Amino acid sequence: MNKILICLFSFLLMSIAVVAQDHGDDSHGAETEHAEEGEHHEGGCHCHDASKDEFDPGETAFHHIMDANAFHVYGDIYIPLPCMLYAPEHGWSFFLSNKFELHSHGDGHKAIDGYVMHHGEVMRVKDASFPKGEVAVECFGVRDGEDDKEIFQVIYKDECYDLDKKSTWDGGMLGGGITSYYDFSVTKNVFTMLLSLVLLFLLFRSVAKAYVTRAGKAPKGIQSLIETIFVFIRDEVAIPFLGPKYEKYLPFLMSIFFFILGLNLIGQIPFFPGSGNVTGNLAVTMVLALFAFLVTNLSGNRNYWAHIFWMPGVPAWVKTILTPVEVMGLVIKPLTLMLRLFANITAGHIVIIIFVSLIFVFGDAGESIGGSILGGFIAVPLTLFMMSIELLVAFIQAFVFCILTASYIGAAIEEHHHEAEHH
Amino acid sequence: MTDLLFLADFSVIRPEPGLFVWTVLIFSIFWWLMSKFAFKPIQAALKERDNDIQKSLDEAKLAREEMSNLKSENEKLLAQASEERAKILKEAKAAKDAIISEAKVKAKADAQKIVLNAKNEIENLRMAAITDLKNQIGNISIEIAEKILRKELSGSTEQKGFVNSLVDEIKLN
Repeated sequence: MNKILICLFSFLLMSIAVVAQDHGDDSHGAETEHAEEGEHHEGGCHCHDASKDEFDPGETAFHHIMDANAFHVYGDIYIPLPCMLYAPEHGWSFFLSNKFELHSHGDGHKAIDGYVMHHGEVMRVKDASFPKGEVAVECFGVRDGEDDKEIFQVIYKDECYDLDKKSTWDGGMLGGGITSYYDFSVTKNVFTMLLSLVLLFLLFRSVAKAYVTRAGKAPKGIQSLIETIFVFIRDEVAIPFLGPKYEKYLPFLMSIFFFILGLNLIGQIPFFPGSGNVTGNLAVTMVLALFAFLVTNLSGNRNYWAHIFWMPGVPAWVKTILTPVEVMGLVIKPLTLMLRLFANITAGHIVIIIFVSLIFVFGDAGESIGGSILGGFIAVPLTLFMMSIELLVAFIQAFVFCILTASYIGAAIEEHHHEAEHH
Repeated sequence: MTDLLFLADFSVIRPEPGLFVWTVLIFSIFWWLMSKFAFKPIQAALKERDNDIQKSLDEAKLAREEMSNLKSENEKLLAQASEERAKILKEAKAAKDAIISEAKVKAKADAQKIVLNAKNEIENLRMAAITDLKNQIGNISIEIAEKILRKELSGSTEQKGFVNSLVDEIKLN
């Protein structure tokens, strides 16, 4: 037990040190790059030097939790990921993200088919006159667009070109919307999902095999660990909510639980190949909630639909109120699933990064060593505490998603034996 | 401004079609793979083990019941046996008593017979002795008479004394 605690603690210290050094490098670079600042170009646009910005914990946190087209490992080391981009006016472009020739802050030296990489994210030059193929770009800038929206720019041959971010499905309400291209790349999140798919598959395959090779014997090692969780979900979630027909839905509930748990836990690892904020991304939780919604409503029996559209046993005027409420409930239930998981995991990641950021806030972004040490003394216990909480949250959120899905499915397949009460 | 900026930077809340499609794909594969190769086999194995355990428990219970049945049967047999033993002992004792009493009766009868025989014999012998005695007395009387007759010739006093001594002589022992 003590050994494990010591391991965890040193692991945490190490990871904080890695993050700290990473940022230390950045701020150190600030001094040397200071000379180059303010390199003005025609058209009033200029290179934006991120390193001369004041350290902003919020922005750092948002940058850390976002999806990316290259996996940042350490310093200027990035794991290239395949980019699969589709612009309706240009068609598909496929290449590896190391073709952008990444350097600090996830900015690329190259533009490929009008795509550039800024802050680890692929962006596209709106202007159709921008040359296609592989060209070198100078740097990136930013300007205020209408509605105070920040528009990123790329500077190429002393000309500024506005950049489009990838299309998103928020209808423009959350600062996104449909733009000139779609990003179907294997991003950091997709990579993390694939990794957890492979890891979980190998783990569970070995456990399933152990039941064959060790048939008739007591479970051992990882098999007993997984069995404990498996039996817990089966006996505390599936059977109480689904009743005798639980076996039909057991694989789905287990998939939901272990998929979320795996991704939550991988996300807790602060360095490559972890740190991906997958279950804290709305698109991912949306898909999981959509699956829960589909499984629930596709298995709904007559009773379930009767209780939604024409609640038996209540006066007609009450039904006129109940029916819209129930129909809304159909959508609201998966929406709450989606938002709960997203908010919990994202909040956890942000809080941990904010706590680590205390080192830089106190240390004046690397200027003051004493401040950094003081910040470290505050940040390490807080982060340690938060990481332990997040470990718990990883399990709780997977469990909550699973148990609520089970309860929705249970309500959809429940056979009512008390019809008489309604008349 | 700050609020909008906050949202502008908060990219995770904007669902991207690409990530959406990938998640659908990966979760579908995960669901299928894990169902087929992990969850269903594990559930089947666990269920089989549960059944095995239940079966073993049931069997143990049955065996216990059988054991207790056997035990009570044994006890019954034992009781029966001891009862039989007691009966046999009783019978044996009765037989013994009967034999003894029979023997006694027979012995008594034999003894009586022997005694009777002995008595008869004694009687016979006595009779023979008496007869013999009588004969002897007769003979002696004759002898005496002979002697008296011979003595009468010598004196009467002496005769008397002589006769008396003779009579004393023939006193029956």
